[in-house]
Amino acid sequence: MSASAVHSLWTTVAAPGADGGFTAPHIEYAQLSPTLIVVGAAVVGVLVEAVVPRKARYHTQLFLSVVAVAAAFAAVVALAAGGYGTTKAQIAAEGAIAVDGPALFLQGTILLASLIAVFTFAERRLDPDAHGNRVDSFAAQAASVPGSESEKAAVKAGFTTTEVFPLLLFAIAGMLVFPAANDLLTLFVALEVFSLPLYLLCAVARRKRLMSQEAAVKYFLLGAFSSAFLLFGIALMYGYAGSVSYARIASVVDGTVKQIDPALADTMGNDALLLIGAAMILMGLLFKVGAVPFHMWTPDVYQGAPTPVTGFMAAATKVAAFGALLRLLYVVLPGLRWDWRPVMWAIAIITMLGGAIVAVTQTDMKRLLAYSSIAHAGFILAGVIATRPEGISSVLFYLLAYSFVTIGAFAVVTLVRDAGGEATHLSKWAGLGRRSPLVAAVFAVFLLAFAGIPLTSGFAGKFAVFKAAAEGGAGALVVVGVISSAIAAFFYIRVIVLMFFSEPRADGPTVAVPSPLTTAAIGVGVAVTLALGVAPQYFLDLAGQAGVFVR
Amino acid sequence: MENLIALLVAAPLLGAAVLLCGGRRLDRVGHWIGTALAAASFVVGVVLFGAMLGYDAEARTMRQHLYSWIPVEGFQGDIAFQLDQLSMTFVLLITGVGTLIHIYSIGYMEHDERRRRFFGYLNLFLAAMLLLVVADNYLLLYFGWEGVGLASYLLIGFWQHKPSAATAAKKAFIVNRVGDMGLSIAIMLMFTTFGTFAFGPVLEATGETSEGKMTAIGLMLLLAACGKSAQVPLQSWLGDAMEGPTPVSALIHAATMVTAGVYLITRSGAIFNAAPDAQTAVVAVGAVTLLFGAIVGCAKDDIKKALAGSTMSQIGYMILAAGLGPIGYAFAIMHLVTHGFFKAGLFLGAGSVMHGMNDEVDMRKYGGLRKYMPVTFVTFGLGYLAIIGFPGLSGFFSKDKIIEAAFASGGAQGWILGTVTLLGAGITAYYMTRVMILTFFGEKRWQPAPDPDKTASVEPGIEVHPGEMPHPHESPRSMTIPMIVLAFGSVFAGGFFSIGDRFVNWLEPVTQFDHPHPPISVPVITGMTVAVLLAGVAIAYLQYGRKPVPVVAPRGSFVTRAARRDLLQDDFNHVVLVRGGEHLTRSLVYVDHTLVDGVVNGTAATVGGLSGRLRKLQNGYARTYAVSMFGGTAILIAATLLMRAV
Repeated sequence: MSASAVHSLWTTVAAPGADGGFTAPHIEYAQLSPTLIVVGAAVVGVLVEAVVPRKARYHTQLFLSVVAVAAAFAAVVALAAGGYGTTKAQIAAEGAIAVDGPALFLQGTILLASLIAVFTFAERRLDPDAHGNRVDSFAAQAASVPGSESEKAAVKAGFTTTEVFPLLLFAIAGMLVFPAANDLLTLFVALEVFSLPLYLLCAVARRKRLMSQEAAVKYFLLGAFSSAFLLFGIALMYGYAGSVSYARIASVVDGTVKQIDPALADTMGNDALLLIGAAMILMGLLFKVGAVPFHMWTPDVYQGAPTPVTGFMAAATKVAAFGALLRLLYVVLPGLRWDWRPVMWAIAIITMLGGAIVAVTQTDMKRLLAYSSIAHAGFILAGVIATRPEGISSVLFYLLAYSFVTIGAFAVVTLVRDAGGEATHLSKWAGLGRRSPLVAAVFAVFLLAFAGIPLTSGFAGKFAVFKAAAEGGAGALVVVGVISSAIAAFFYIRVIVLMFFSEPRADGPTVAVPSPLTTAAIGVGVAVTLALGVAPQYFLDLAGQAGVFVR
Repeated sequence: MENLIALLVAAPLLGAAVLLCGGRRLDRVGHWIGTALAAASFVVGVVLFGAMLGYDAEARTMRQHLYSWIPVEGFQGDIAFQLDQLSMTFVLLITGVGTLIHIYSIGYMEHDERRRRFFGYLNLFLAAMLLLVVADNYLLLYFGWEGVGLASYLLIGFWQHKPSAATAAKKAFIVNRVGDMGLSIAIMLMFTTFGTFAFGPVLEATGETSEGKMTAIGLMLLLAACGKSAQVPLQSWLGDAMEGPTPVSALIHAATMVTAGVYLITRSGAIFNAAPDAQTAVVAVGAVTLLFGAIVGCAKDDIKKALAGSTMSQIGYMILAAGLGPIGYAFAIMHLVTHGFFKAGLFLGAGSVMHGMNDEVDMRKYGGLRKYMPVTFVTFGLGYLAIIGFPGLSGFFSKDKIIEAAFASGGAQGWILGTVTLLGAGITAYYMTRVMILTFFGEKRWQPAPDPDKTASVEPGIEVHPGEMPHPHESPRSMTIPMIVLAFGSVFAGGFFSIGDRFVNWLEPVTQFDHPHPPISVPVITGMTVAVLLAGVAIAYLQYGRKPVPVVAPRGSFVTRAARRDLLQDDFNHVVLVRGGEHLTRSLVYVDHTLVDGVVNGTAATVGGLSGRLRKLQNGYARTYAVSMFGGTAILIAATLLMRAV
């Protein structure tokens, strides 16, 4: 099979754009509108913090965020309806951003997940009022030292950290660009744009502030560490190809470009640079998806971060990072797939097994879900490795399914509370099904979806990625995947058993009655989980249509 | 005209749907709807019969293709009907006798508050049975077959508040499942052998394949027939099935259910003709069952159970005849039809007696009823004469033919079978005379009504005052008219069928017919039959007619006691099947506990241990995490380079 034939499996040739010459940059504002809307709203959000009176900020920010995210989603839908996902797929913004099926699908998924996340961010009815002021999940004043007089004063004054909304919008903007980035520099910038707000968001929990700050510092340190690797990889890759553009690198990898940049004559085409650079870039992305052995931040950060942030992070970051990984592997490095496939195989296997096995002995609900997300990263990697069109569409579908389950599950975690805030220790959940059958049943639905039980979206997604992997010749991977699923099923079902078949504890937690915001988030999560499980075909078709990258 | 066939099934099916879905608002008219639709089905049957008579004998088969049920490449399951002379015979029997039983049930179930539901089930029973006999392929036949099983379950357990009825229904269902397995395996074998299961292609191709396969299919079909027709070894459900309301017993024994096995074997005649070993098995089953049922019938004091034993025995005759091949098929079906008349009549008569006797079923507590229930006495008596084969009545013609055919089957087999059938005729005369004498003759042995709290056998809706003596009375018109009609059939059907070999000629195009040539002349056989019959009657008279009958049954000999326990059938099943099954389960549970659970628990322990160790790596220090990432990246790079080097 010739190199170009391989490409034709999952790429189409971009519409010819402006190339060469010194022309003014041409920006396709319409095609970039989803990102631009969110960035604009984020900037406005910062202004809101500056000019709007404190009392009105919460509502203003909430309104702004919801409108921005919804408008961006509408823009994505409009673009997809306009054929930008299929026939009119193109490279926009002077080759920096791809507008194609996977990009639009993933942006749509991120925006939907973000919309729900905004709801959970805005929830203010779970904790009892402090000094007559409604409180959300975030610290009254993030800068005050935990336990200090300043903190008490801030709480008493009824301060709230409404900055979380613009921060969230910035993160969303970065995530929207990440899977659409069509050169390595854009990729890096997008990575930083969504990572930095997330580091901050992790630090602003209202309860257990020290733990939250510790999580944020760890996340920041390790994130910076991985960014360094990624950046170093980009440098090496530039040395190899003489360009950071995906298309250009891909052509060099294929060997279809013979013209050598004189300034890089010594290094260009040096395979060592390519391989080391590719490995380092992969590492940076694998860090974000939480694949073993780059996963170790996940449990600590998921546990420490405010739960709405955790839910958002677990869902949207994963979508964005897998999108970028897909584009890198399918657009930039398909010519290298005989080199990266075995390595990715190994990573997928240890990720699936590692996540599932370590989850078995977890005693904290949020850590349990963190390890569960690691195992799921492994399952998705199995689909990524398929190197087939079905691989792309199955991963897209899985990400859609997974993000709703995840946000919904973390939203339920915020409801189960005792005097110290959320009661995340597993033993506290014993007998929840007796006292709050509805909440326990909803959580059971999410757990069953995580476990991949039929009639939930988890089954359809897992089936799709495993099928793609098996057809791509990775039968052994599927076997490991099924074994991991069996191990994972153990701890999911154990929680269900705990909730429904154990005696409630006398000092057990109470289930807070949420506002319509969280209720809507959970409701949408359940609805999507069941809809994608009962009738997955429409969305599988949608993902199938969207499964072609532009190059 | 062909398009009417579907209506045969549709009418009672509609009735079942309407009655079962209609709810309480149909309570007052439900029985009329059910009866009307059963009668409608009968009318359609008669119309089709008239049309069929208009065709040439060889061209009487009518077909109707409704639609393709399971249209898959290489697997065609059609909803299609075939109505030939054999099916027609069954249709008339099922709808005719079925309608009479519906009419009878109007009176019999009058006080039952669930009467609407009862008629719904009756209609369902008819629909399933009709589907069974008009299907043009084995798959659809199987559908009807299972429908019959379901309907019988619902009806036998109709008085579900009685534990005995619930148990009996379950027993009938489970025992039938064993037979159903046989039928499904037979159908699968047919499909693998012939690639189809439509009657036409399968039955035409029987000669083209190995005898071994035909024998296998034949034996599986026999197993199926044993289940539905209550033949040894799957006979045990029939006696207990008497827990159902009496009209159900009549329906099961005369028109539906037990006749299905005979139909199956006759319909599959071509298969059995190509498999002599399977035929031998059929004959053996028939012979054993006809004696088995007859002996059980002799010992029972419960009037319905005595009749049940009799049914088993008479069906044994039919199965035996069907196993004889072309010399017997027509006689098997003829006996089936005449038996349908007199057995339905006998059961309805028994129901009438019970109706008048506070639902007492023990014949030792009857006696002298002929004066109080003249219509029942006369119709029951005619049925009695018919079943014992009194010369000139229906049973005489049909049973005598079977005995002749048995003798004519040749060689030692012929002599054995002939003797068995003769003996059976004698025993039949004995136990039926016993029933007759105990019920209608002798002195009154009536007992006060039992306390309903202590016994569960009283049918609901009938007011029984504890300690009250029964007041036997004739049953209402709706019950006696069906009995009278059936009595006519019992008397005249046999003669009508036999004169000029009408029935044999009618069926010949479907079942073929070879004239039997018994080794001893026919008049001698007839003479022997009558002699044996008179001997049976005489013995019964000497035993029960000449001296008073004790109300409490004497202990009796070992054989009597065994026969009262249905020749130990349940003990046998319990020891061999239940205990054996328990042992099997227990050993499987042992394997499950030790081996399977060992593996499972071992795996779980391994995973748990591994998990415990791995989580120690997660020590909370960012530096450790960074080292992990750094090491991971190093390995990643090394592995990537290594892949290229390899």
